[in-house]
Amino acid sequence: MMAEYSAFSLLANALKGNKDWKPAWRKPDPKASYDVIIIGGGGHGLATAYYLAKEHGITNVAVLEKGWLGSGNVGRNTTAVRSNYLLPANTRFYEHSMKLWENLSHELNYNVMFSQRGCLNLAHTPAQFDDYARRGNAMRHLGVDAELMTKAEIKRLIPALDISDSARFPVVGGLMQRRAGTARHDAVAWGYARGADRRGVDIIENCEVTGFLRDGDRISGVTTSRGDIRAKKVAVAVAGSTGRVMQLAGIDTMPIESHVLQAFVTESLKPFIDTVVTFGMGHFYMSQSDKGGLIYGGDIDGYNSYAQRGNLPVVDEVMSEMLALFPGLARVRMLRSWGGVCDMSMDGSPIITTGPLPGMYLNCGWCYGGFKATPASGWCFAWTIAKDQPHDLNAPFTLDRFHRGLVIDDKGQGANPRLH
Amino acid sequence: MLITCPYCGPRDVIEFTYQGDGNRERPDPASQNFEAWNAYVYDRLNPAGDHNEIWQHSGGCRTHLRVVRNTLTHEISSVAFAHGGHGSAARRKAEDKS
Repeated sequence: MMAEYSAFSLLANALKGNKDWKPAWRKPDPKASYDVIIIGGGGHGLATAYYLAKEHGITNVAVLEKGWLGSGNVGRNTTAVRSNYLLPANTRFYEHSMKLWENLSHELNYNVMFSQRGCLNLAHTPAQFDDYARRGNAMRHLGVDAELMTKAEIKRLIPALDISDSARFPVVGGLMQRRAGTARHDAVAWGYARGADRRGVDIIENCEVTGFLRDGDRISGVTTSRGDIRAKKVAVAVAGSTGRVMQLAGIDTMPIESHVLQAFVTESLKPFIDTVVTFGMGHFYMSQSDKGGLIYGGDIDGYNSYAQRGNLPVVDEVMSEMLALFPGLARVRMLRSWGGVCDMSMDGSPIITTGPLPGMYLNCGWCYGGFKATPASGWCFAWTIAKDQPHDLNAPFTLDRFHRGLVIDDKGQGANPRLH
Repeated sequence: MLITCPYCGPRDVIEFTYQGDGNRERPDPASQNFEAWNAYVYDRLNPAGDHNEIWQHSGGCRTHLRVVRNTLTHEISSVAFAHGGHGSAARRKAEDKS
């Protein structure tokens, strides 16, 4: 396929008044049946459709999105991409994602603005620094880059950071992953959508799934706000709405709680920070967009919520954490805040699996780390759907691992979703 | 978000600690029914709408409360003692002895 977007096409279209661009994806009406239906037109659903078509030649696919494309978490996250986990199952999976990210703009012929500006986890006690050394070693053992940074190196990297001994929580050092960074989240959705569409996938927006069709025990399609659609395989990739959609299929309990995570952006500033930084004495992370706004967030609100908006205590806490690190930002104005609904799993790790019903495939449990997983999640889910069995990379991420004692709890928090 | 504690009246949510899904049944401690234990530890109802949940007024009277809260609107429709209020355990013990 010839690249649709190139320096030449930009110039040619500019000379012709930009009248000849094709829409990035069609707006088809749903057909009566498909080989595969993917419920959820977010990053993971679109990536799944793209890799089904590209890697497995399955193109008779529909992606059903209840709102508009990219209206959920793919457009609500803080855009960080990293693979700095402790446990091998997570490290391998997220590193696969990182490798897909590194070639994604080229592969999609769509600029996802992937910027490997690094991600630095700050340590504030010697014990925490030791713990980071352990995690860094675990990463390097599996071929992922990680390096410990001293205070002096951190000061050179982030001059605005309060690195003094009089800081509220003085910085001892940090763990840096240089290949980590950020990507333009909307472009990821649009790039995958266009890639899938050009390979024949129908992306159907404003199409809410209202129930499941059954053929005996087997799931054989869905009822939607735009009519019934049958399919040989029905894949669910709905993140924070997992509980609701699974209830439509008669599954009342899941090892998942939906929680709201808030995010914030300030007014545009001159270049202030050129990496992603995380606070080790609370939960806070920040980067700066190319437009100049500081994008940051902290903990989930901590109670079940589908509201896509949070409450003030967490706003207060996030601002305090920001100022503990960067006192110089005290008078910067916050422009916007918003919330996204996260599918918090019982061990902080995702679920990508066949089932739990015949004819169904499930992708969920992303907690608030789903954005960086988008390429690998789609890649592994497509494999699982196409071959009716998981790839080695997602084989540990089963739904029944909780009841079998095979949890993958990177933080060691136990079955308490609000702490992951 | 305000939670109206039966002892203390309406208080800001920061005074409370969330303890999650209040629908779960803890099996008898002597039970060897692993499925029941697994379900208790890992499985959640997670409804979009009214949710029966446990909060503790940890920054106040420390009572555990059973709260019905709408997860779509954060609106709270009922707050009650989770175990019958302060002293109820001691009272039960006394009643058991008598």
